[in-house]
Amino acid sequence: MRAELDAAYSGRTLAARAATAASCVAVAIAMVPLLAILLYVAQRGLGALSWSFFTRLPNPVGESGGGMANAIVGTLELVGLASLMGIPVGIAAGLFLAEYRTTMLTRVVRFSADVLAGVPSIIVGVVVYATVVVRMQHFSTLAGALALAVLMLPLVARTTDELARTVPDSLREAALALGASRWRIAIHVVLRTAGPGIRAGCMLAVARVCGETAPLLFTAFNNRFWNESLGDPTSSLQVQIFTYTMSPYDDWHAQAWAAALVLVAIVVVLNLAARRVLRGPKAA
Amino acid sequence: MNEPAALTPSSRSTHAPRPLGEPSHALVDRSLVALGGGAACILVVVLAVVAAVVLDLALPSVRALGFGFVTGRQWDPVHGDLGALPFLYGTVVTSLVALTLAVPVALGVALFLTDLGPLPLRRPVAALVELLAAVPGVVYGLWAAIVLAPLLRTTVEPALEAHLGFLPMFRGPKVGVGLLCASLVLAVMILPTIASLSREVLRAVPIELREGGLALGATRWDVVRRIVLPHAKQGIFGAILLGFGRAVGETMAVAMVVGSRADITGSLFSPGYTMSSVMANELPEATSTLHVAALAEIGLLLFAITFAFNVAARLLVSRVRGPEAALVRVVTPRLEEHT
Repeated sequence: MRAELDAAYSGRTLAARAATAASCVAVAIAMVPLLAILLYVAQRGLGALSWSFFTRLPNPVGESGGGMANAIVGTLELVGLASLMGIPVGIAAGLFLAEYRTTMLTRVVRFSADVLAGVPSIIVGVVVYATVVVRMQHFSTLAGALALAVLMLPLVARTTDELARTVPDSLREAALALGASRWRIAIHVVLRTAGPGIRAGCMLAVARVCGETAPLLFTAFNNRFWNESLGDPTSSLQVQIFTYTMSPYDDWHAQAWAAALVLVAIVVVLNLAARRVLRGPKAA
Repeated sequence: MNEPAALTPSSRSTHAPRPLGEPSHALVDRSLVALGGGAACILVVVLAVVAAVVLDLALPSVRALGFGFVTGRQWDPVHGDLGALPFLYGTVVTSLVALTLAVPVALGVALFLTDLGPLPLRRPVAALVELLAAVPGVVYGLWAAIVLAPLLRTTVEPALEAHLGFLPMFRGPKVGVGLLCASLVLAVMILPTIASLSREVLRAVPIELREGGLALGATRWDVVRRIVLPHAKQGIFGAILLGFGRAVGETMAVAMVVGSRADITGSLFSPGYTMSSVMANELPEATSTLHVAALAEIGLLLFAITFAFNVAARLLVSRVRGPEAALVRVVTPRLEEHT
């Protein structure tokens, strides 16, 4: 009996070890492309990065050198404008969802936000193209930013919603007992308690939008020069990476790697900053 | 003249105390709630506008081409002979191959993070998987076009044909860029999505169930196989559907390596085309109304597919935890620690 049990047990521990090993192998497989991509971007990007990359405009085709100053500024402009539009509306919507969580309206809104978050970004680009670009008769920075804002909106709203709902009701009740009105509770109690999380969520949403390329193709388009105003088309790192990768020139490929390095750096910094924001209260 | 000023403080003191501050009037309250409600309604309006505009753009094509659009194999914008089957085929094939490759690995990673992996390794691995999710699609495309595609052409595809060449999908001219390359990139891109969502689902299985199993003498693997996985089955299925939805919608990385040829050959090596990438490539250059409308109808199909998959996935996942957990995943554990 004892021996039988032992045999069965050793069989099961063997299976357990095998399963652990298999999961480790899965992690190893998952790490291969990640490390490969990061190493290539770091190595080739650093090789192609130079001072003029940050300060000069792209050179004409066939002339080597030049930079992507306008694309860097363009990406920052697009993402900044999108954040200005998307984040306040998103936070307000999220707070509303969390504070009035069970009405018919919030159910519809939450469903819409989830569906919207799943809409392929290129479709958002097409819609902005048809509604804004066609009507204004030209590509513009504003249209690109609008497309990015539409992509940000559901992310920010749902994160705010989820996080605001983790604020304990006892805090709300305490504030109500002190005579606070509902908007005061939303702003001074809920928003403050969930603040770090919401800030981090916004940063992650910004980081995600930073890499979006498809919706910019026919909204912000591209521009070889500085954009004079928000009504002009603009260059952006994302679109430049696409254009330069699809070109047959080695020099442009090198520039694409450099642009990828800058873009990945921006995204990673935003991600790390989000983590820091979350860690903030603990460290203090 | 001074009397009203003197009166005000005394009249205020007869009112109920308001320790939390001054303008807590019902009007301000109501208008701010209305503002929040308005912001929330914007989401509904935006979704409605997206659906309406795509439908409106696609209407000429729906009228002119009818159902034959979905079954047509020709894509000839110049002569107005437009069929979307090659794009449907490319999207389905690349997404399915990507899922087949990514799901086992993603589940392994998720189980590593919740049940099987050594504790000190779980956090760094989770952070790396998040990093994988954060890399922009166009960077994946760059890497795939310049590094992966040549590797496929010179090494991987000849090896596949040598060993698995009896299957028609591993035969044909080896050009590097093509359905296989696109599938591989997609697999890498949806892996973190499926892994982190599955992790959320697995973590939601009550710890008491795990402890009960362990107390009865089960090994960790027994617990996973007999308790955790059956419990989390639905949610994991939802995570896979969401991954599929993402694969279907991904545009840039695919557009850069799929080869851009509207053709159905049955081989994974041959260049193909997907719904999203044909929109990205041809819409800026489309001139005829019918061409634009046909591309918009592809967008409409894409919208319908992702809509169906997302709704189904969210129904399955949200039973376990709030949806969009993928984004909140970094945020919530911290809060749980605080409270």
